[in-house]
Amino acid sequence: MTTTAVHGGARNAVSDSLTMIGRSIRLSRRNVDTLVMSIVLPLLMMSLFVYVFGGAINTGTQYINYVVPGIILLCTGYGAASTAMSVADDMTSGMIDRLRSLPIRSSAVLTGHVVASVARNLLSTTVVIGAAIAMGFRPNATVTDWVLAAGLLLLYVLALSWLAAGLGVIAKSVESASTLSFLMLFLPYLSSAFVPTNTMPSFLHAVSENQPITPVIETVRGLLTGTPIGNTGWIALAWCVGLLTCSFTFAAWLFRRRTHG
Amino acid sequence: MIVEATGLHKAFGSTKVLDGVDLHVAEGTVFALLGPNGAGKTTTIRILTTLSRPDLGSVRIAGYDVVREATKVRGVISLTGQSVALDDQQTGRENLVMIGRLMHLGRPAARRRATDLLERFDLVDAMKRRVKTYSGGMRRRLDLAMSLVSQPRVIFLDEPTTGLDPSSRTTMWDAIKDLVSSGTTIVLTTQYLEEADRLADRIVLINGGKVAASGTTDALKSQVGGDRLDLRFAVEADVARAVALFDAPRGTDPLVLGIPSDGSADHLHRVLDDLRIAGVPVVKVSSHRPTLDDVFLSLTTTDRTPVQV
Ligand SMILES: Nc1ncnc2c1ncn2[C@@H]1O[C@H](COP(=O)(O)OP(=O)(O)OP(=O)(O)O)[C@@H](O)[C@H]1O
Ligand SMILES: [Mg+2]
Repeated sequence: MTTTAVHGGARNAVSDSLTMIGRSIRLSRRNVDTLVMSIVLPLLMMSLFVYVFGGAINTGTQYINYVVPGIILLCTGYGAASTAMSVADDMTSGMIDRLRSLPIRSSAVLTGHVVASVARNLLSTTVVIGAAIAMGFRPNATVTDWVLAAGLLLLYVLALSWLAAGLGVIAKSVESASTLSFLMLFLPYLSSAFVPTNTMPSFLHAVSENQPITPVIETVRGLLTGTPIGNTGWIALAWCVGLLTCSFTFAAWLFRRRTHG
Repeated sequence: MIVEATGLHKAFGSTKVLDGVDLHVAEGTVFALLGPNGAGKTTTIRILTTLSRPDLGSVRIAGYDVVREATKVRGVISLTGQSVALDDQQTGRENLVMIGRLMHLGRPAARRRATDLLERFDLVDAMKRRVKTYSGGMRRRLDLAMSLVSQPRVIFLDEPTTGLDPSSRTTMWDAIKDLVSSGTTIVLTTQYLEEADRLADRIVLINGGKVAASGTTDALKSQVGGDRLDLRFAVEADVARAVALFDAPRGTDPLVLGIPSDGSADHLHRVLDDLRIAGVPVVKVSSHRPTLDDVFLSLTTTDRTPVQV
């Protein structure tokens, strides 16, 4: 009647992470409201911008070709908010105590949420791009361009997901997690996502030129539709790598602090 | 001793919660931690289960130090916390298999273990339903089942039967007794003294951050004295006269006087005769055997005169 399982070690660390990833993905799949919203909302936004505002915004190209990268990043912000909320749910329910009383590296719970977050984003991004093409989006990207764009977006999504996980760890409740992640939903509007930044007043122009979303969007737009990229690609990469390093460290540090009382 | 805690201190900011608590639990026994709300029961359990570090003091579980060898401790214990910890959006079975995988059972072994536990806790019919559809009693049962996946040597249960109806409570008690008979050690906290009375081999009562009493249930009961006669009077003046007559201390109820008794009819006769001769009318007489409630009340209520023998 005794277990002979051995705990600790690299193999178990991988298997624990896989178990937690499986759990988070299952929970995401079953949280139908959130999943549907994370797809429907960007689609609504895209229709709104393309059919309602788009005619009045002069970007020098077909507006849909201009706006798709911004919609993709908007989705990411939305996805991050739900990641922060599910992390906060675990941290504030008894679940985290149960997991921490097991002989596992309990940060696997964060890994699970982050990977599920990336998977949700993959789904919503695919749907958005499909819908955009149906609405007249005409990318002229080569396979290499697509791969580079996907790689950059993946880095960005990972960085944002770890940031969201960190916010979920500090939040005192699920509601405050959603409030904390409000900024991530708001930042795309202060970027070149929907309108060229040179149309903004000089103060906002400075803000939008120097926040991470603008170079990421400019790069993705350049890769997909052939607008000039210049050195924004490197700036975007630097932002994403820097952001990922910081947000991962931040989340891991907060988790350790919060769980060592 | 499978659980050995010495000199536990814990404060949250300026609130001292534990102020030098010692606990010793022998392997294969049931140990109950009692105390009023906010006494520090959950805090103690969290320290014993590696979730929280003591400010001072040390704990060894099965010989492992809870701070330095936390992973080893986690390999031999399990915790069912005060609030139910389940994934509402997973089925009962998925919840159990997940824990099995995290305890590093292989996938087939984790599935087998889940099936065994679902049968044992009468959850087979509900195993494919999401936990959000479960009743409170089913959740508590599944929560306990989650703790048993790894066949731990020491099981910590923080108020395992709070909020259960009497029949679910009996089921839970039976499950606990089964575990003990197979050699598992149980450390539980409870608000229900009856529960401690039924299950526990030893009890520790904490109050004000310190151990207020400890021992077997019988020893604790004898600490508050033997049988007692409770005399109820119509007016307080009568109580005062009876106090003089029997030299007994007053209790909390101003109209009731408790006097020590050997429980015999003879003693009852004598008491009633004394009262009649002195002309003190008594309204009601009841005899009282000590319960853990008396222990609890006498040790945790400061403004109450302790019951004396
Ligand atoms: N993380 C914390 N931060 C601040 N205070 C805390 C914390 N955890 C517990 N306390 C305080 O410590 C005291 C003891 O709490 P604990 O939960 O251990 O009591 P308990 O005996 O389990 O009570 P109950 O019977 O209500 O469950 C309480 O006053 C509580 O407010
Ligand atoms: Mg408690």
